[in-house]
Amino acid sequence: MTDSTQENQEPEVKSKYDELPDAPPKKKIKLSWVGKTGVTIIVFWLVMCLIGPTIAPFHEADIIADDSFMPIFTETEGEGMHWLGTDYLERDILSRIIWGARTTIGIAVVATLLAYLFGVTLGIAAAVAGGWTDMALSRVNDAILSLPTIMLGLLIVVALGASIPVLIGTATIIYASSVFRIARALGQDIMVMDFVEAAQARGEGLWWIITREVLPNAAMPLATDFGLRLVFVVLFIASMSFLGLGIQPPAADWGSMVRQNLEGLGYGSYAAIWPALAIATFTISINLIVDDISAKEGGSLAKKMI
Amino acid sequence: MTDNLFEFKDLKIGATKEDGTYIPIVKGVSFNIKPGEVVALIGESGSGKTTISLGALAYTKPGLEFSGGEVLLYGENVLTMSDEKTRALRGAKVAYLAQSAAATFNPALTIGEQVTESAVMHGILTQEAATKRAEELYHALELPDPLRIGNRYPHQVSGGQLQRLMAAMALCGKPDLLVLDEPTTALDVTTQIEVLKAFKKVIQEENAAAVYVTHDLAVVAQVADHIVVLYSGEIMEQGPVDQIINHPTHEYTRRLMSAVRPQPTAGLGEESAIAGEREQDAMEVIDMTAGYGGIVDGEPLITILRDINVDVGHAEVIGVIGESGCGKSTLARVMAGLLPQARGDVKLNGSVLEPDLHHRKLDDLQKVQFVYQMADTALNSKQHINTIIGRPLEFYHGITGKENRNKVREILELVELPPEFADRFPSELSGGQKQRVNLARSLASNPDVMLCDEVTSALDSIVGSNVIKLLRGLRDKTGVSFVFISHDLSTVASFADKIVVLYAGRVVEQGPTDAVLTPPFHPYTRLLISSVPELRIGWLEDTMQKREMAAGIARGVEITAVGCPFFNRCPAGIEGTCDTEIPPIRETIKDHLVACHLSIEELREAEAHTQQILHGFERIGDDETAGAAAH
Repeated sequence: MTDSTQENQEPEVKSKYDELPDAPPKKKIKLSWVGKTGVTIIVFWLVMCLIGPTIAPFHEADIIADDSFMPIFTETEGEGMHWLGTDYLERDILSRIIWGARTTIGIAVVATLLAYLFGVTLGIAAAVAGGWTDMALSRVNDAILSLPTIMLGLLIVVALGASIPVLIGTATIIYASSVFRIARALGQDIMVMDFVEAAQARGEGLWWIITREVLPNAAMPLATDFGLRLVFVVLFIASMSFLGLGIQPPAADWGSMVRQNLEGLGYGSYAAIWPALAIATFTISINLIVDDISAKEGGSLAKKMI
Repeated sequence: MTDNLFEFKDLKIGATKEDGTYIPIVKGVSFNIKPGEVVALIGESGSGKTTISLGALAYTKPGLEFSGGEVLLYGENVLTMSDEKTRALRGAKVAYLAQSAAATFNPALTIGEQVTESAVMHGILTQEAATKRAEELYHALELPDPLRIGNRYPHQVSGGQLQRLMAAMALCGKPDLLVLDEPTTALDVTTQIEVLKAFKKVIQEENAAAVYVTHDLAVVAQVADHIVVLYSGEIMEQGPVDQIINHPTHEYTRRLMSAVRPQPTAGLGEESAIAGEREQDAMEVIDMTAGYGGIVDGEPLITILRDINVDVGHAEVIGVIGESGCGKSTLARVMAGLLPQARGDVKLNGSVLEPDLHHRKLDDLQKVQFVYQMADTALNSKQHINTIIGRPLEFYHGITGKENRNKVREILELVELPPEFADRFPSELSGGQKQRVNLARSLASNPDVMLCDEVTSALDSIVGSNVIKLLRGLRDKTGVSFVFISHDLSTVASFADKIVVLYAGRVVEQGPTDAVLTPPFHPYTRLLISSVPELRIGWLEDTMQKREMAAGIARGVEITAVGCPFFNRCPAGIEGTCDTEIPPIRETIKDHLVACHLSIEELREAEAHTQQILHGFERIGDDETAGAAAH
């Protein structure tokens, strides 16, 4: 009985049992609302970097208010509204934050990018080349890593004088060494993968292996680290400024604004909070974007496992 | 009150995508488990068998949800239990055995601590009682040194032992149900037998019920009472083991049966496509010794392969078989130059190759291609298939641009993939398709020799047999020689022209496939052949009666510098000779070489003896069934 029913089904059943269906084509990465929020904030700050000085109510160095540590929404007669109040030197905080975006974000981004350029290139090169190259590069790097960052920064700035190029160069050297570590570790993990061995067995040169096999696979974790590293550089520049060896007054940068206005907290002023919020929105937004993208990648991985 | 221990009633499991669409994984599955019964869930990967088995633990993998149906334990639905009750269920009433024991054990704790942990944690036994029970289980599972094995760490025991220890871990708290997820899939055939035998015995002794998840019908025939055949989350057929194995009614079950590897016997392989054209071998390995660590006086620190001689003819398929750790992959890696040998030569078309691939000429690299086992790691996930296959064309043959793209499409067609796949990433392909791309990349180099390292072991039986079919076609179409490495004798037997049997780093037997698979056998080859599970109920019991099995699975592999490496597991070992002298190489017929102290005649006699014993058992078995039928 069952035989006959089975036989009736056979023609359509037969074609069904092919190899199980293949995975669907990969979708383009679409950000969730969290990631989109991050992008919006970053775009906002980048626009501020470009046009900030033209739209800010006052100049960053203008001492215009009647009093220091004025609360928010207070007005100086004849000058205008201080939306976020004034700082310890009677300057408009909103204007200084807008001006400061250019200095802070500009220096941090340039320094982090440079740190990545050197750190990743040398780190991956050390991992791929191995042997003596790796040994030499790693030991020099260890030497740099062993020095306390602020001490090293002070030393360089004292020797060469405080200027923005020197500040960028210092941050680059200091952060390139930790990037080197990460890039080398990632590179070593990827170097033992079969596809790299396959490329070596094909006779590929160093350039192909670094740029086509290793780097694309290290890109995601490195991008995650980039967000974090950028935050460290912002903080590093802030601490240098606090010591008087970073951005020179009266130029505004967010880090030094926090430090300079800390005493205001004692008088119930929010002057230190606003630049701190600026740093927070910028750095958190970067991490939101990075996390969102890597979560998407991880998500597709999890789906594949099912 | 039903007499069922577990009842799966119309179980539905699925995932909901972000856009709200529902993807069913398990589409309404119903079956029952009686106390003391072993139910096998069988199907290919993606059939939902693991997902269903985890339902017994009221667990789903992240992203999945129970969307309908019930799983009843003594009439109580485990899916709707409170978290607290679920905790009490898992590990105590239902225990899970994962596929890989090596990944399940914590390397920092002793085996004993881990085996007793869940029983003590659930308050079923005190620590003393649990330790005592563990010792009983070690004994029942025939583990060596049951009183002390609990004090060892996981890395101090073998893979097969670890697999059995995991069974002890699961059974320690006397669970009602064991869920075994492919517990022998990753093991060698000889190890698989030892594990299966122990599992079967302990399940009977404990009278535990079990869900046995696997894709291997031959294994199921040995252990299960009841079989559930799954395809794509639906039950195709279910019934008692005898009915499914001997009288399958469903088309899919029959198809699974046909994909079961045939027994490795002579006559399965095909004659070499291009015979006679053999004045010069494509590749030769001459007196080669290789291993790891620094080389002192031509001896590596750890010797893996010793005095290997292998010839690979043009358009010939050489099958290399042996248990894991015998040096199969090392042989291919030496031939590819990935691991420079310590002594001896590797020749390509008559000229000696540099040991290290970094010193080899580009031409030589192009002619010898290595195909990796795991396509997942062998393909760069950030490159399009187009780049993966196109690069060797560009690199070796200078084909670029449009011509390159067209050539990639041709090669994709050659490996039976649609040309549109060129624009995909590896992660967008299934396992079998990835393996085809992996082969296509090597083919694109236009090699003389392809070294295939276990290319089908990670694939399902149906997908794997398709890949073998493809390889056979490629050999005929392109005239490439293959060195085909596998631990699966049946696959090798169906594909290879010549077989090389490796044991503990030495060639113990080699020759034309038919000659290797017909008596006289080397005792190790005999062990391998009788370890391949047959699709027959009762095979496990029969095969355990053979003396070479008893000797072969009792002890582990030892790599020795003197004597015959197989001595400690050989049923015919001659003390004083086999353990001290390197065995002579005997030629039975042309090209068939056996390395054994026993003469050809003695080996033939031993075989006749084995057959006699076997037939004796079969006769007894027949009498019993005849008697049972009479009653």
